[in-house]
Amino acid sequence: MTTKLMGQPVQRTEDQRLLRGRGRYADDVAVSPGTLHCAVLRSPHAHARIVDIDVSGVLDVDGVHAVWTYDDLTGPMAEPLPLLIPHPALTEGRTQYALAKDRVNYVGEAIAFVVADDRYLAEDAVGRIEVAYDLLPPVVGIDAARAAEHLVHDDVPGNVAARMEQATGDVEAAMAKAPHTLTLDLTVERSACTPLEGRGTVARWDPDTDRLQVWTSTQTSTGVRAVVAAKLGLDLGQVDVVTPDVGGGFGVKINHPWPEELLVPLAARALGRTVKFTEDRREHFISSAHERGQVQHVEVGFDDDGRLLALDVRFWHDHGAYIPYGLIVPIITSTQLLGPYKPEVYRVVFESLYTNTVMVTPYRGAGRPQGCYAMERTMDAIAGFLGKDRTEVRAANFIQPDEFPYDQGLIFQDGRELEYDSGDYPAMLEKIKALVGWDDFPAYQQEMAAQGRRVGIGLACYVEGTGVGPYEGAHVHIETSGKVKVATGLTTQGQGHQTAFAQLVADTLGCRFEDVEVVTGDTRRMPYAVGTFASRAAVMSGSAIHLAALRAREKVLRIAADALEAAEDDLEINDGVVSVKGNPLDGGAVIDLGTVAVLSNPLRYAFDEKSRVATQFTVGDPGKPPVAEDDEPGLEGKDFYSPERSTFASGMHAVIVETDPDTAEISILKYAVVHDCGRLINPMIVEGQIHGGVAQGVGGALYERMAYDESGQLLNASFMDFLMPYVTEVPDGIDIDHLETPSPLNPLGIKGAGEAGVIPSAAVFASAISDAEGFALTAMPISPSDLFTLRQEHS
Amino acid sequence: MSEDLHEFALTVNGVTHDLAVPARRLLSDALRHDLGLTGTHVGCEHGVCGACTVLLDGRPVRSCLMFAVTAQGAEVTTVEGLANDDDSLGPVQQAFAECHGLQCGFCTPGFLTTITAGLRDNPTPTHEQARDMIAGNLCRCTGYQNIVKAVERAAELSGEQR
Repeated sequence: MTTKLMGQPVQRTEDQRLLRGRGRYADDVAVSPGTLHCAVLRSPHAHARIVDIDVSGVLDVDGVHAVWTYDDLTGPMAEPLPLLIPHPALTEGRTQYALAKDRVNYVGEAIAFVVADDRYLAEDAVGRIEVAYDLLPPVVGIDAARAAEHLVHDDVPGNVAARMEQATGDVEAAMAKAPHTLTLDLTVERSACTPLEGRGTVARWDPDTDRLQVWTSTQTSTGVRAVVAAKLGLDLGQVDVVTPDVGGGFGVKINHPWPEELLVPLAARALGRTVKFTEDRREHFISSAHERGQVQHVEVGFDDDGRLLALDVRFWHDHGAYIPYGLIVPIITSTQLLGPYKPEVYRVVFESLYTNTVMVTPYRGAGRPQGCYAMERTMDAIAGFLGKDRTEVRAANFIQPDEFPYDQGLIFQDGRELEYDSGDYPAMLEKIKALVGWDDFPAYQQEMAAQGRRVGIGLACYVEGTGVGPYEGAHVHIETSGKVKVATGLTTQGQGHQTAFAQLVADTLGCRFEDVEVVTGDTRRMPYAVGTFASRAAVMSGSAIHLAALRAREKVLRIAADALEAAEDDLEINDGVVSVKGNPLDGGAVIDLGTVAVLSNPLRYAFDEKSRVATQFTVGDPGKPPVAEDDEPGLEGKDFYSPERSTFASGMHAVIVETDPDTAEISILKYAVVHDCGRLINPMIVEGQIHGGVAQGVGGALYERMAYDESGQLLNASFMDFLMPYVTEVPDGIDIDHLETPSPLNPLGIKGAGEAGVIPSAAVFASAISDAEGFALTAMPISPSDLFTLRQEHS
Repeated sequence: MSEDLHEFALTVNGVTHDLAVPARRLLSDALRHDLGLTGTHVGCEHGVCGACTVLLDGRPVRSCLMFAVTAQGAEVTTVEGLANDDDSLGPVQQAFAECHGLQCGFCTPGFLTTITAGLRDNPTPTHEQARDMIAGNLCRCTGYQNIVKAVERAAELSGEQR
């Protein structure tokens, strides 16, 4: 009997090549002397008019093949880059050009593009381009954007791209009736995904077939394919996009097209050569995307038990110089802010603001960390006001297990109702309290205080909409060798899809795990796909793969039943062999998947052993066409999964910190996570995702910020100065407990897990440090010097 | 403008290659683009992330902070040189596979080379020493938890092999 692999910590198959140095990341493709390399001249100014660009010093440089500015672009390439996700509230959407037309709006904006024999020469050439600028006053930070003394875009009044409001009732009336009210003003600063591999694109034009082949480090192959075709004036069928191994994404690579994703294919076609762009680290800081920056104002009305009677939130979201990804991030903040709670009335209003800084697109969590932070700071404030335990106030507001599905009365990021499918928040709270030792903490805190040590405990709860639609598909092909080739269109950037999806196929089809090969992100294999973001891959492609494997299984059983002269219902498939249930494998009639694959194709040249074996079976009716009207040759299954709405994962984190009374250094003593992502496919991979999320969260809460000066220069655009956590900064051990409330929305009961670890970080650290210090934090991240300053203000 | 090329022999994973590169060509670029050994990855090009770490006469160095010509006469070991002679995974690689010590795999080659050298210096690290051993390399995916476990597991596996 084949062991079920769903839920097993199966070792990853992709590791075999990655550990041997045989991964293929974008910059590893087309490593040959003939490949040309690109460099980009980027704006050194945050806000300026371009008066003149002089490229005359470049063209005669040995080894330089092309230098382009905006004036060299024609047709759709000369139009602004697409606004990917329009929204009725986004009334003033602006996007950049592939190469700046006559203005630059952030330090790092692409102005000229050079193609040369190698990157060194290309950078030399970039250094020879001379640009004359007419400087404009920059708008940096949310306060400056709101003040609107200067405008980022002349035609966008107040720097406001969008104002959006949602309400579930009359919040002012509810607030007026509430026994108690509080007001909080909160801020969160910018951070960024910063995957270890930056962006990278390679393109090759094949003049013999009039086709373009693109490899790009993206979270959506199909999106890039469509936009490259549109911008270059090619038919979709002329463009193939392959996502090779991707060295981390965390959201930034879902935005597309980056200017280079269009310019590289354009150069490949124009020059008839393979062309490559590999972003360097400084470029990643100043010309990809950031996230997180918000200013929040919360007014809350509540009763003596801390129950939320009225919650009124306004926030201002800094989206940088352009808004290609629309309002996804602030919409998520505004809706997922509610977490596991059910305020009687909720109103949220946000403004999305232009600034002369790098644009903002989703970063792991995508607005949820900010929402969680606003809600959880509010919960702590209510508990502090009422003198109650922080867990009690939260428990008083939980949606109860018997209230699912629970409609929050809002519209979510996907345009569907914000309706939670399942969860058990009270059980989860009990688990996290036990895991972190919540009830024992006050005694420990007193004991430490007696020794002159300051410790604090914090808690934060969140709900995460995962697995957003609209769809993903999968194709399962059983070859005559018995090998099972699986394709799904979304991409992979470290989640172990080759392994987790193969587990599902092995279980559903009944084949051997070792015989399954999964390909992701290749538009030649699956041209209809969406992408890997919003913790959607396991839910969407996992479900699609399961359905496609079921289709393949149905066909296997149909053909095998004919061949074995048995009823389909009497057959089972184990380890890739179909047999009659209960019959011994060695004596009874059996047929392996490879032989069934041979039988599925009436064209049967006996070129291998399988075909010769297959000739002993007779299938099909000799009086009918070899391929029946409702059938097709081959042993394949294809299906798509398209859910009604997102499925809602949840979690609670708790942390114990110690703050040094003298230096204000912040140390993590214990970190605990309880996590519910429905049924687990591979718990080892899920825990790895949580570990990584927590570490990223530690970075976001305690270390990472984008340090812009008033002129719009990013002062810390390197790993020397942007403090990403090393092992020395993350907790030594993370205690994890799982709760499984299966999703009723998909066949496997799974929910997404990818972003969860990072969502409550700012909230949970603010809670714990506030507990240690005795005053409430309102701005994150917090450094020791920030804390030191706060102590002086509060003393 | 054409650059002067410097001809020299570069020994990588026991194989000697004849190279002719400009003086400014980084060792990381020479390994990757001239020799096609793309297992060594470049994450920052300023020596902070450690993804490009290779062994130079057994010592871990940032190949992005070295010119290729300065590696003349040295033995360079890259991730491609860490597997056993029969292509089975070496102990550090095996430990990473068992402990789920990698996700996207981009930083991994630098960890593998660093830990290989670290365990040579200290074959039986304490937990704290295991953490210290990887404290100069950045990983954005794993939160380091399983990399620390992999260091400890690699020490066990190396001990079994001795």
